[in-house]
Amino acid sequence: MLLRTENLVRTLETEAIPVTLVKNASVEIREGEYVAIKGPSGSGKSSLLYLLGLLDRPTSGKIFYRDQDISNFSNNKLAKLRLEEMGFVFQFHFLLPEFTSLENVMIPMRKLGRLSDKEIRSGATQRLVELGLEDHINKLPSQLSGGQRQRVAIARALANNPKLILADEPTGNLDTHSSENVQEILQNLVKTHGCSVVVVTHDPEFAKRCDRTITIVDGEIVSGNEHASKYTG
Amino acid sequence: MRLLFFIATKHLLARKRQSIVSLMGIVLGVAFFLAISSIMQGSEADFIKRLVDNSPHITISDEFRNPRVQPAEKFYGDADVVDISSVKPLTETRGIRGYQKILAYLDQQPDLVSSPVLSGSAIITFAGEENGVTLNGMIPEEIHKVSTIEDYMKEGSVTRLVSNPDGMLIGQSLAKQLSLSLNDTISVAAQTGSVRTFKIVGIYQTGRSSYDRRQVFVTLKRAQALFNRTNRINSILIKMDDPNTALTRSKEIENTVRYKSESWQEQSEDLMNTLAIRNMIMYSVVSAVLLVAAFGIYNVISTVVMEKHRDIAILKSMGFPSGDIRKIFLTQGVLLGIAGNMAGIPMGCAFILGLQQIKFRPPGSSEPITMPVSWDWEQFVIAISFAMFASILASFLPARKASHVQPVDILRGGL
Repeated sequence: MLLRTENLVRTLETEAIPVTLVKNASVEIREGEYVAIKGPSGSGKSSLLYLLGLLDRPTSGKIFYRDQDISNFSNNKLAKLRLEEMGFVFQFHFLLPEFTSLENVMIPMRKLGRLSDKEIRSGATQRLVELGLEDHINKLPSQLSGGQRQRVAIARALANNPKLILADEPTGNLDTHSSENVQEILQNLVKTHGCSVVVVTHDPEFAKRCDRTITIVDGEIVSGNEHASKYTG
Repeated sequence: MRLLFFIATKHLLARKRQSIVSLMGIVLGVAFFLAISSIMQGSEADFIKRLVDNSPHITISDEFRNPRVQPAEKFYGDADVVDISSVKPLTETRGIRGYQKILAYLDQQPDLVSSPVLSGSAIITFAGEENGVTLNGMIPEEIHKVSTIEDYMKEGSVTRLVSNPDGMLIGQSLAKQLSLSLNDTISVAAQTGSVRTFKIVGIYQTGRSSYDRRQVFVTLKRAQALFNRTNRINSILIKMDDPNTALTRSKEIENTVRYKSESWQEQSEDLMNTLAIRNMIMYSVVSAVLLVAAFGIYNVISTVVMEKHRDIAILKSMGFPSGDIRKIFLTQGVLLGIAGNMAGIPMGCAFILGLQQIKFRPPGSSEPITMPVSWDWEQFVIAISFAMFASILASFLPARKASHVQPVDILRGGL
């Protein structure tokens, strides 16, 4: 099991009343699994994804990564885990605007520091070429189209060969053609890179491409666990 | 660290205009700091040099700092039952007693040279004109050791006192006042009533008219004869190898010889205090310039942090810990500080060189003088350190704020 959660609760303390974003979420993500998280707007899909991606801490509940309880890991240890094991793709590409496509992809690789400068450069170039961006390697994000930016963001997420890719509505801001393209790329990642992908979407067609769909309503998982039993059982 | 440096540089270069404006604050701050500090330090050093060079570093005079213990007190000590009344202090003979012994002791000290002096009031009479002066009797061969009067000779020389025991050195102002010229003979009368004739063998000009009008120099023997005080002196002038040790050494000497021993620092305490206050004001004003520059840096980095909230969130999601985020923005402050110093130091040096070229004639001075400046390395260290400190301090708060950014708050907001 790559990632497992037990009764995750995330409550947001507001000035008026506390708002529970995620209620008792128990999720299992297996290696090489392609999972969609679906639900209406404001249902807590992204909040659950941020918890799975260790970007947020649960109010209660536990998270296990490769069967190790990481709920009480320090922020630095969680950051290291994200760097080594995870990649993120967001709805808005969120590329660093001062850096070229190549530099954006190189940054996480340089942070990890496992490869030489030359290897990092060639590795990052390869990632971009794989995603059809060979002509846009030295372009700034502002010089790219929305689809191209999102592909650079995917290349960046793949930079350190993560075991888990977490995508938050990656096609939400794209035209139909680019959206199709990104969906295909993500689907292929599971096959070609063998990594697990968790996608938040409210596009049913996108969800259909996934191995399993977790549906969340008002912060509560209403379906998707029975699908998971196929893997656990 | 290379990566953090790379990101920090990119951030600064992305906002060239803002970065240059804040950089100019540091550059000008450092340059003005150096220029002002240099001129203040230079003028202070020049002032102290004149003060130190033109006066003895330690003066032993025929006075006691504390009254002498009277025989009755010495005899009875602290006995409680004895009532001593109407005690009159023993009359002291003026002058330093046993001065040869004191001089012998001083000769053994390796860090100083000393020379005895007998000074007293006298009246110079020439062509019906009379003028009151302070007559200083000195050993001619030793004058150059404890006085700079030799440097100010306009006519004649100090050495002529050696060959002419009845010779006298007078100031230009006095010579002018009494219409005296070299080799003229004058009569000098002491308060004791004795009168002697002296020949002008040298005329000096220190530029301080009161000094030039009042102070005259003769041989010690002639002064003792004129004042009728054979084998007496009333002060010993001391020059130190290191003038800065005068304060501590004067105390040691006083403890040994028991006569009042005053260092040049004590004699010029009010002036030294004024200089200290002047320095404090100078450093406060110049530091304020750098502080204002620091606000510029704070402003730029704060703006960058605010604009970069989303990027900070992305970097954190990638796996950059809070410490790295803090370092990125601190690095920006350090980079601005280094660049500010690198441009500010040469500009400051150019300012100092420019100031050095200025020549002016102060009131009462006969020759133009150049602006005294200091190239002391310490002021460069202070300027560099303060600029770096201000830059780092200015970037610290925004950097801290940046490190506290919660990625999820930004990502949730979809900024």
